[in-house]
Amino acid sequence: MNKDRLISRRKLVTGFASTGGLLLAGCSSKELPPTYGNVLRMGDLLTYRAFRMLLPAQSLTREYAHGDISSSPAVGNTNPADSQQPTFNADRGPLYDRLRTGDFADWRLRVEGRVARPASFSLADLKRMPARTQITKHTCEEGWSAIAEWTGVPLRTVLEAAGILPSARFVNYYAYDDIAEGIDMLDALHPQTILAYGMNGRDLPLAHGAPLRMRVETQLGYKSVKFIERIVVTDEFDDLGKIGSLQNGWAWYVGI
Amino acid sequence: MAAAMLGEVQHRSVAGHARWVRMSHWILAASVFTLAVSGVVILMAHPRLYWGAVGNDLTPALFELPIGRNYKHGGWTVPVTFFTGPNQVVSAARTYDIFNENSWARSLHFLAAWFMVVTALIYLGAGLIGGHLRRNLVPRFHELSPRLLWQDVVTHLRLPMPRATGGPPYGPLQKLAYFGVVFLALPLMVVTGLTMAPAVTAAYPVLLDVFGGSQSARTIHFFAFAGLVLFLVVHVAMVVMTGFKRQMRVMILGD
Repeated sequence: MNKDRLISRRKLVTGFASTGGLLLAGCSSKELPPTYGNVLRMGDLLTYRAFRMLLPAQSLTREYAHGDISSSPAVGNTNPADSQQPTFNADRGPLYDRLRTGDFADWRLRVEGRVARPASFSLADLKRMPARTQITKHTCEEGWSAIAEWTGVPLRTVLEAAGILPSARFVNYYAYDDIAEGIDMLDALHPQTILAYGMNGRDLPLAHGAPLRMRVETQLGYKSVKFIERIVVTDEFDDLGKIGSLQNGWAWYVGI
Repeated sequence: MAAAMLGEVQHRSVAGHARWVRMSHWILAASVFTLAVSGVVILMAHPRLYWGAVGNDLTPALFELPIGRNYKHGGWTVPVTFFTGPNQVVSAARTYDIFNENSWARSLHFLAAWFMVVTALIYLGAGLIGGHLRRNLVPRFHELSPRLLWQDVVTHLRLPMPRATGGPPYGPLQKLAYFGVVFLALPLMVVTGLTMAPAVTAAYPVLLDVFGGSQSARTIHFFAFAGLVLFLVVHVAMVVMTGFKRQMRVMILGD
């Protein structure tokens, strides 16, 4: 009884210490999203830090029953090979087209950056890893939502296969079109953050991001990038330039 | 000493508004105005409201609002079903370039929400400690008798309205209106807003059960907004009809 109390008190003290670390100069500016002096980005940063401080870390989002699966709109880019799409990339678009014609047999997911063993995985490699299936709600920033069943490999498993270095802070992921996003390690190592190759019991459809899309269940839909090409682990914050959300005026952290 | 201080507070609350009340009033007013404008812009990106856990353009809406060009835009490819059998959920791609200004509208909404929440917490703390809430906002039990309430309704309908001295004491309907905004509408706005946040509902899934899903919370958020707009219209009308100059002077300068 006494021992239990002691442990819980110690936990309480370390809890406070880490909270204080977050509140004060715990992170250098390179470990936080930049504000560019923009008051909206300052508000985003406040929300990000408050959520990280106040919410229990890595709670699981609700998982639903098979009967709860709803219709799912496919918005944004629905085909990276389509030159009419605003995020079309002249190099990777045709490449995607060739890979898709070959049933993604030659497709590889590259994992690089702050990892011990930069690696590339085929779809078969990923499917051999322990899979996770989850029926979760996709929340779009536009205001709508949809429930679908996602099957894939936890991002954590893939990152651990490449060996995350202790200094790693962010996981950024790039698509076959001009889209890139990033998340912090807390969301990257979240058990429900998966690289999905299946949707509603079949292979991921083209419009939903074939052959592989990210699922970040603790944030809004635009963090769940479709058509994943490459994962880059960094120890400093990268705003990802013109293909990232920040330079286009969108919040980087969208757990809200 | 304490009695003298209490007397001072009592005196000041009778002769207009205390400085902290005036400051929180205007910060809250600016925040709520910003929240309302950005909220409407956000709603215009998807002017459909639902009941339950989920809702989107491929599922039935509770109702649709004719605001902006996204209203019933209908730009979707032919739906394809996911499953064979009774479960006829579908997927379709959007072929319409929607109105979407959520990049700044969402961030502005949450920035204003921070100002509102922090100011409201300070206001509630000060109001509880100083007795402002208990003395001036919480209706007395006898004030809620049907006879007194009806009398107050009649007073409000009779023209011209009596000129207000500005500030407390408030009548029964006035107390109910302020009480409803401070203790019901604004907290409901915050909590239903947070029920739309995936990180928050991951941590506190009970919110989804309380409101019957994040889309229900979104719909309640909208109705609470409509209620606050109604309050604002009546509030401003009352300020104008009971002596606009005097009322504004009292809320800006104190007396």
